[in-house]
Amino acid sequence: MAFSLSDERERELSKIVARYPNKMAACIPVLHLCQEANGNWVSDEVIEFVAQKLELGAAHVKGVVTFYTLFNQSPPGRHQVWICRTLSCALRGSGELIEHCEKRLGVHLGETTKNGKVTLRTAECLASCGTAPVMQVDRTYYENLTTEAVDRVLDRLMNE
Amino acid sequence: MLKRTDYLTKNYSAPDSWSIALYERDGGYRSAEKAFGIPREALVDEIKKAHIRGRGGAGFDCGTKMSFMPKESKKPHYLVINGDEGEPGTFKDRSIMEKNPHSLIEGCIIGAYAIGAHVAYIYVRDELHLSKARLEQAIVEARAKGYLGDRPFGRGYGVEVHVHTGAGAYICGEETALLNSLEGRRGEPRIKPPFPAQSGAFGCPTTVNNVETIALLPTALAMGGDTFSQLSLLHSFNDGGARIFGLSGHVKKPGLYECAVGLTLRELIYDLGGGVLGDRKMIGVIPGGSSCPVHLPDEIVNVKDPRFEPFNGKSILDLPLGVDTFRLAGSMLGTCCAMVLSDAVDPVLAIQNLMQFYKHESCGQCTPCREGCGWIVRILDKIVEGKGTMEELDRVHEIANDITGNTICAFGDGAAQPALAFVKRYRKNFEDYILRGGRSQTGRLSL
Repeated sequence: MAFSLSDERERELSKIVARYPNKMAACIPVLHLCQEANGNWVSDEVIEFVAQKLELGAAHVKGVVTFYTLFNQSPPGRHQVWICRTLSCALRGSGELIEHCEKRLGVHLGETTKNGKVTLRTAECLASCGTAPVMQVDRTYYENLTTEAVDRVLDRLMNE
Repeated sequence: MLKRTDYLTKNYSAPDSWSIALYERDGGYRSAEKAFGIPREALVDEIKKAHIRGRGGAGFDCGTKMSFMPKESKKPHYLVINGDEGEPGTFKDRSIMEKNPHSLIEGCIIGAYAIGAHVAYIYVRDELHLSKARLEQAIVEARAKGYLGDRPFGRGYGVEVHVHTGAGAYICGEETALLNSLEGRRGEPRIKPPFPAQSGAFGCPTTVNNVETIALLPTALAMGGDTFSQLSLLHSFNDGGARIFGLSGHVKKPGLYECAVGLTLRELIYDLGGGVLGDRKMIGVIPGGSSCPVHLPDEIVNVKDPRFEPFNGKSILDLPLGVDTFRLAGSMLGTCCAMVLSDAVDPVLAIQNLMQFYKHESCGQCTPCREGCGWIVRILDKIVEGKGTMEELDRVHEIANDITGNTICAFGDGAAQPALAFVKRYRKNFEDYILRGGRSQTGRLSL
């Protein structure tokens, strides 16, 4: 099925394009907009749509999508959880937290829980080293994490 | 020399620190208004006098970079702000964007006028949703007040500021990769020359500056460039003003500390950070983001330069943190956000962790970096598993040296230097893994 945007998102798209001297520059923000409208992933239909809207080749858009880690090329769970694994967080116990989350959710890194609610991933440095360990859930940061704090968040996501 | 300042961080703990009301109560936007009364070249000269060394890691002088912009040009000029903060250990720009966004917006107005630009793009990494929201709100507030738009402060020089989002790629913190990403391309660094001042965003003259660098412009202008520079102990090194120092890892009070330039690592870790967690022994410190070499606490400074007289013979922990002091001492200041490793840390696991980061973030454009980072990780994995050989340990050296200087951008060096520094300083720990299966190592990173 062809992909399309709601009228509201179409207006948002026009606003984004207006910020730049050419349409190509809107590629990344427009992909974000479309990804959000498409259940948080970029399908071939989305790539076609963006290519047509911005007058770009589909290959260019696909090249952009595959370069950046935050464009999902397959559907993730309803919520995305990223735990920072880089050194500052690792010094503060993120390695142990990652293992804990895998057990608690019954998934390996990169996988989605059976009920489709949570995709568990690691992130590279989230720029929150002074409040390590840190995780990002969708758009929100959770800092100074403990296993108890992680459990509270995961339970909420799983029981939603 | 420990001298706390609060030019950027004064209101960080206020519940509405990001509001324009609070920012203006402390004199906000008066510097931007003042700037429009100064001819462009004189303004750049004033910024030069402030000796603001780029806060993003390279430490290039802000005013000098602005002076590279063409005086006359038929093409539009652009100011691009690098808010792609992602260097492991670094978390200062995020705090400015979240808690003091107006300092950056005002800095953008001053900076745009100084380089002859009418448009500024703030490139923010996608993960920082709160930063983006606060900046967007700050732009709306500033426009409503008449500080942005066609006629800021009633003058005829229009300035627009836009927030641009990335999509998860550390390499986009490299200025030419950032420009490609801004243009809607894959974030692969460009070959220089041409430098951005000749051909940057959209093929037009562009200045790319770090968030903190630009956010300091209002303060520098309010005080006068020279007065601002002299806040620093390293004024004689042309390294002026104050900056935000970060501290993370095994310390009692990790966080951000704004101080005059010239603070030492010892002051940062012990006086401000309260010392090492659990009063353990410190085995190493990475001075300013993971691309800087790790240092042992007992390393002695010895530099043949008359300005180093007060520091020679002392520990590196007592060398003032400055762009040139650390460069001349064979280190790197980077982003000035230090990471502390206590004796609970297994240094072999620490560099394994960091090299996994570099392997993941290499853009893949240059073979030495793309393959080399992966090879180093593979060797480190083998060593940690107890299957490594001494020959392979030496090969880490060889690979890192082959990456250095052989890539389009500085990422390659930034990945190779930490590997070299860890192997050089903790060679015994690596050998222990190879010869004795790592029996005497902690096997841990956390306490």
